[in-house]
Amino acid sequence: MLNEQEKIRYSRHLLLDKIGVEGQEKLKSSKVLVIGAGGLGCPVLQYLSAAGIGTIGIIDFDSVDESNLHRQILFNSEDVGKNKASVAKDKLQKQNQHISINSYPEKLTSKNALSLFKNYDVVVDGTDNFSTRYLVNDACVITNKPLVYGSIYKFEGQVTVFNYLNGPTYRCLFPEPPLIGSIPNCAEVGVLGALPGVIGTLQATEVIKIILGIGSVLSGKLLIYNLLTSVLTNLKIKSNPAQIKKTKALETNFSEFNYDVFCGIAQNNSINQSELKELLQKENIQIVDVREEWELPKIINTNVINAPLNQLEKYISLISKNKKVVVVCQKGIRSLHAIKLLSTKYGYNNLLNLEEGLNNWKNE
Amino acid sequence: MKIKVLYFGMIAEVIGHDFEIIEISNKNSTVNELIKLLQAKFPKLEDMSFKVALNQSIVEENTKIGINDEVAILPPFAGG
Repeated sequence: MLNEQEKIRYSRHLLLDKIGVEGQEKLKSSKVLVIGAGGLGCPVLQYLSAAGIGTIGIIDFDSVDESNLHRQILFNSEDVGKNKASVAKDKLQKQNQHISINSYPEKLTSKNALSLFKNYDVVVDGTDNFSTRYLVNDACVITNKPLVYGSIYKFEGQVTVFNYLNGPTYRCLFPEPPLIGSIPNCAEVGVLGALPGVIGTLQATEVIKIILGIGSVLSGKLLIYNLLTSVLTNLKIKSNPAQIKKTKALETNFSEFNYDVFCGIAQNNSINQSELKELLQKENIQIVDVREEWELPKIINTNVINAPLNQLEKYISLISKNKKVVVVCQKGIRSLHAIKLLSTKYGYNNLLNLEEGLNNWKNE
Repeated sequence: MKIKVLYFGMIAEVIGHDFEIIEISNKNSTVNELIKLLQAKFPKLEDMSFKVALNQSIVEENTKIGINDEVAILPPFAGG
């Protein structure tokens, strides 16, 4: 129920046929989680709190930097050095005392995402890196939450709503993350300060449309806005049921899924043949040979297990999580694939790659 | 045949324009062949991720391109 003061505050909403008291009460009873209180997150938060979204969650581990101020207009010089989620909460609460705001001054990870998302109706992506974008998408698919997506590059922005009423997801559009370092973020290449204001405001509008059930939600279409040419492009995106099924299947082992490794950010450790020989003498290590059984030369050692790459998942219970494990193949490529699978899907962090493989290996 | 190609983000920077009209020889050209043609001219594209839309719909790379079609080449953006 809206009190008298709220009726005055939201009176311009109440006058609209498509909102009215009923719509305003829907906004009041809704819960929206905003990931990242940066360039996109600030305008999203400002318009959502002003619009009277009853519960807003803000998660951001980062602190305000002087170089944020040209676009993150919720913050000022006095906020530099303070946590973004906490500062945002204080400011927004002053703007609207009728709503409740939860701040989470921590990093979103595969360990906290599912339990956090379950408490909200809609999730907004305002992150600045692919690792978190894939994490947010997957957690939304698993917890069945609509995801209001925005991303920016210099003078251009992309907006869409993923995972809305069985619509396409981020992985239906971009199934695999780009090569590491191939797509820079704002910190690396710069951004026009007004750009996240435009894109974030479009995101906030989509959140409000979803909650009110008005207009047509920007699902199945990617909107691209170029501020320099003022050209708006709309591209249709299709759902990919196989991709969505694969994402849902990540739920079983979600907290172990390492998105940094998946996006190539965490570097895999590698060693060469002479380092491996040294290790074998010094330590009780395990060697996982991911070649086919017939491939030669073999390493003569009692701690070798043969687990061909295409059947690797059958051997998970035999691969140690405690001692050092060196993954080997003929040329060091299949072993890298094996390490990617083991570290992303099964949470291994004790793996070394034998670079250049077992070619010409000689047992001493 | 002539087609219009739109470029976004870093792809536009590599190519040097937001859009251009390209003449492609083969009447049975596919999206994949267009990409190969562009990669031969701009080798930097080989290391870049992108999706291709044909007449405003994201399509697979084996899709055929017809006369006067509009192709859009779109990289993912990271920034927020």
